[in-house]
Amino acid sequence: MTPLNLYDQQRRNLRRTTMLLVGFIGFLAFLGIGADVFLYWSGASPGIPVATIGALCLGGFSAWWSLKGGDKAILESTHATPIDLSDPKQRALDNVVEEMAIASGMPKPAIYVVPDPDPNAFATGTGPERSSLAVTRGLLDSLNREELQGVVSHEMSHVKNYDVRVMTVVAALVGSVLLISDWGRRGLWWGGGRRDDRENRGGSGPMMLILFVLWVISLILAPLIAQLVAMAVSREREYLADASGAELTRNPLALASALEKIDAAAAPTASIKQGVAHLCIEDPRGRSVNQSEGAFANLFATHPPIAKRIALLKEMAYQTLSK
Amino acid sequence: MAAFGGCLLVLIGVAVVVALWAVFRYNNLVSLKNQVANAWKQIDVQLKRRHDLIPNLIASVKGEMQFEQDTLEKVIQARNSAVAARGVADSAEKENQLTQTLSRLFALAENYPTLKANENVRGLMEELTSTENKIGFARQFYNDLATRFNTAQQIFPDNLIAQAFKFQTVELFEITAPAEREVPAVDLNIRPK
Repeated sequence: MTPLNLYDQQRRNLRRTTMLLVGFIGFLAFLGIGADVFLYWSGASPGIPVATIGALCLGGFSAWWSLKGGDKAILESTHATPIDLSDPKQRALDNVVEEMAIASGMPKPAIYVVPDPDPNAFATGTGPERSSLAVTRGLLDSLNREELQGVVSHEMSHVKNYDVRVMTVVAALVGSVLLISDWGRRGLWWGGGRRDDRENRGGSGPMMLILFVLWVISLILAPLIAQLVAMAVSREREYLADASGAELTRNPLALASALEKIDAAAAPTASIKQGVAHLCIEDPRGRSVNQSEGAFANLFATHPPIAKRIALLKEMAYQTLSK
Repeated sequence: MAAFGGCLLVLIGVAVVVALWAVFRYNNLVSLKNQVANAWKQIDVQLKRRHDLIPNLIASVKGEMQFEQDTLEKVIQARNSAVAARGVADSAEKENQLTQTLSRLFALAENYPTLKANENVRGLMEELTSTENKIGFARQFYNDLATRFNTAQQIFPDNLIAQAFKFQTVELFEITAPAEREVPAVDLNIRPK
């Protein structure tokens, strides 16, 4: 087993959150400045860079908001309800989460149940001090205690190494980039019709034209770029969460068999929206991209192929046995 | 004269750096020591919970499991001697005996479908299973921390600090069930017979 240093991973995640925030806000600023130049060019500028200020405010607000209340919004979007201890299965879930909290030396996260028959689970929050863990009803019904432990350990690892913080911020920022580029394209469409009566202002040299073309291209590609970033950020950490989860339970086979069961229930998880996909233990969209390998599939999947994850976990179990 | 002053400055600088390093390493050891102590307390919390749960479980299965009086007695005895145990080694041994008698009781309970259908008993079983797991995970966490604490005391040059301030390495939990401890007999004929 490759030795994993959790503390390095934590530091890397905290640094990465900052880098992502700066990168996304820079991208938003670029979209905003482009819009202002376009406004100026078409003679409709009110004199102050409204679009830049607007884009930056929206980006800054959504980043701040994602850290303040992003977890609650995500939970609400999936209709998750707080755990009900009178139900024996949820009682067992509560116990399993407490066991994993003890094993990892973390405070126990808040637990939610999503009323959906498809097995899936996700964690959200800003780190060990503030985290929530949600599982679907289908997961509780289809997994045994050990498998449930495996899934919970995987999610708790996401919490412990601050994956949840990165992912929650990414979810909010991707959302605001989508919103802005949507507005921008609409404005372009709408503004395009009036371009005939614009007078040629001094600033439109070839340099300006290149910048403008670049801006239009990035406006069109923005949603794609934003989602590619979210997916790339999410994929590699699934392997890591599998590994550190197995390190907590010392039982990689239970997680492997849980993943097999989750995989076998191929139906999409209806209550989990696209924006939360990258948080889940397995892609809730039930798409086939996550099952195949290759550069193209790799680019669009939020999760690595599940067969590969299972194989890696089994290998881990074999190494423990043969030690 | 200037050279002497320069040397003095360098010496003072080195001394300050060394002192700062020592303070930093000392604090690291103290923090680890407290974390280990806290992890130890967490094990106690779970053991206490197990002691509290067992009488309830026995009371609710007693009626159904009349033919297993012997096993029930053993669980109660093991529980009482675990409660009375003093000292780390003694307590560890008694708790391990309790774990073994409990797992025997759990295995026997499988033969009583009416017991498994009883919601109260099932709830208690779940609580006890979970407590067993929590004890295991609390020990695992303690072992992880204790290993870090011990390593921090033994690596050079931190061991100088550890020795100067008389830090002591702590003991780890070990598997005490004889079957689990058994090492497969591999004779490589290296040792003289």
